[in-house]
Amino acid sequence: MIEIDSITKRYGDTTVVDNVSMTIAPRTITVIVGTSGSGKTTLMRMINRLVEPTSGKILIDGEPNSAIPGYELRRRIGYAIQGHGLFPHRTVGENIATVPTLLGWEKSRIDAKVKELLTLFQLDPAAFGPRYPHELSGGQQQRVGVARALAAEPNILLMDEPFGALDPVIRAKAQEDLLAIQKHFGTTIVLVTHDMEEAFHLADKIAVMDKGRIVQYAAPEEMLVNPATDFVETLIGAGERPFRLLSIGSVGEATEAGEAEGEAIAAATSQRDALSALLWAGRDALPVVGADGTRLGRVTLAGLARRAARPQ
Amino acid sequence: MRLKIDKLGVVIAALLAYGAFLAPFAQFRANRIVPGEARSILEALPAGLGAALLAFVMISIILIVLKTPTIVRLVLGLVALLVLAVLIGLSAGHLTPPENTYARVSPASGFWLLSFAFALVTADALARLKLSPFARVALLAAVAGAIAALLMSGAWDGLSILKEYGSRAETFWLEASRHVVLALGSLAAATLVGLPLGILCHRVEALRAGVLNVLNIIQTIPSIALFGLLIAPLGWIALHVPGAQAHGIRGIGAAPAFVALFLYSLLPVVANTVVGLAGVPRDANDAARGIGMTDRQRLFGVELPLAFPVILTGIRIVLVQNIGLATIAALIGGGGFGVFVFQGIGQTAMDLVLLGAVPTVALAFAAAIVLDAATELSSNKPGRAA
Repeated sequence: MIEIDSITKRYGDTTVVDNVSMTIAPRTITVIVGTSGSGKTTLMRMINRLVEPTSGKILIDGEPNSAIPGYELRRRIGYAIQGHGLFPHRTVGENIATVPTLLGWEKSRIDAKVKELLTLFQLDPAAFGPRYPHELSGGQQQRVGVARALAAEPNILLMDEPFGALDPVIRAKAQEDLLAIQKHFGTTIVLVTHDMEEAFHLADKIAVMDKGRIVQYAAPEEMLVNPATDFVETLIGAGERPFRLLSIGSVGEATEAGEAEGEAIAAATSQRDALSALLWAGRDALPVVGADGTRLGRVTLAGLARRAARPQ
Repeated sequence: MRLKIDKLGVVIAALLAYGAFLAPFAQFRANRIVPGEARSILEALPAGLGAALLAFVMISIILIVLKTPTIVRLVLGLVALLVLAVLIGLSAGHLTPPENTYARVSPASGFWLLSFAFALVTADALARLKLSPFARVALLAAVAGAIAALLMSGAWDGLSILKEYGSRAETFWLEASRHVVLALGSLAAATLVGLPLGILCHRVEALRAGVLNVLNIIQTIPSIALFGLLIAPLGWIALHVPGAQAHGIRGIGAAPAFVALFLYSLLPVVANTVVGLAGVPRDANDAARGIGMTDRQRLFGVELPLAFPVILTGIRIVLVQNIGLATIAALIGGGGFGVFVFQGIGQTAMDLVLLGAVPTVALAFAAAIVLDAATELSSNKPGRAA
């Protein structure tokens, strides 16, 4: 649990983060969104004290984060940034091993961890471990960046626009990977982005920042239904609302009993993607299958239309 | 099949033709300071050998003008340089009258032109072969070995420059060691001071402009003027600091030369350290802090290894510059190869000037090759630099 208590950061006369308080529940994904200069990155960087606050405090699992030296705090908190920030002079394996090495783990434990993480991110340890970052594609570098952040098994992972430099196809894959990883480790993730699509896709809760203040901190559905200010509404985009609503839920939740013709949709697919599949196939209904391939029922245009409507 | 012409080869061939047929190969002087008389290849070498050399040059011209394989050109260049080196030694024996110890024989413009042309062929071939750093250093060692063998075998003993050496063998090695100590010592001192200063300038932005400007101004002071400026403070130190004089610190001599070289060396070391550190990717630095490296770990684990090739380039500049500049130290009694250069100028004895100049150039050249190879190695294999 991260408790942010009336935190403020000023540089000279400019207030970058203005008296922000929020509580981040453990094992959730919280996405901080906002325009550039809204203070979202600064807010995140105060959690691991890359930026020291002017006033206020931050508690991590009840302990103030100022209780131990900054570098020790940061070794316990994962940190991944846009453009991955890998060390170009160290191999992939050495990059991932950085924090465990700083913590003085035994060599065998480090090697096992590097292997485990590379495998988890679908990179063959024997092939990729000895390579240098510049020999990898952008998507692979990004995965190694996240793997390095997770190497010391942190409870908290901070991510600053981690997928900003990726092309749309690889970005979608990286987001799926992140959701799977979060489920796997139960990590508390705080992610900063300016991409609303990404926020709605990933977040358990979204914090919208504007001019250093949090204007709304709520679950995605809540934010869609009751945007706190005009700014939030603009950020969501009025025309996008029904689709954002659909993108939050999975097909599994929208499955109805009955049969349907056509290519089956996986239950884990978002309702938004199911809608597009229905429209594209020109059908009123499509069958839904579970992860193991069993038929669960069907998803219908009418059912999705009801779900896309403003909740009463 | 049409034969293709190598463009650079045409220029080299013209140099070869002029050097072999029109310019004098060797110069004969009755003693070390009278003007010399020119001797052509046929005059300078025993009958058969002179004709053989001319034939060899003509064959070389054909091979060089045509587009021959690079490896052929490399072998030709190296063999030709070796042949010239041996023949100039022979010409000395041939031209010097028996029992005459005053007569001097030295290479003349023809020899230098031929050597230059064949060196160009060799250098061109080497550049085209793109040798690995190790191969380049090995080649340098082989060439140095060949020159050492020629010197020891006595093949060049008849040449004027070695006659000058013969009468000063002891001083030569003394001055050589002084030269190396001056050049390397001031480099070591400059690295010890310049590296931390560069790191400080990188971290503290307020210092950067000031420090670099001061070092820039020092670079613009002419060396003689700097020696002059150092006489007063060093003289004062010698008088007032106990033990200073015992350590050789005086207004003139090796101390001001060392200090001057050290001051000149600081700018390249500091500037390249600052540039190298500034070139470290921002992301890597941010990530290093973000995952919990202390400032020290970040400096030694990330910043310095990544900046290392640029810093090494600075050290290369300093070393080559210092080997050349150390010659000036002789003006204020600091010793080094400059001693022979300035004595030679004073006595209008060109051979003596060469005795100081040739080893200086050779040292600088060797230092450049070794450090270039080191720089390339450190930037090619970034993982090994740490």
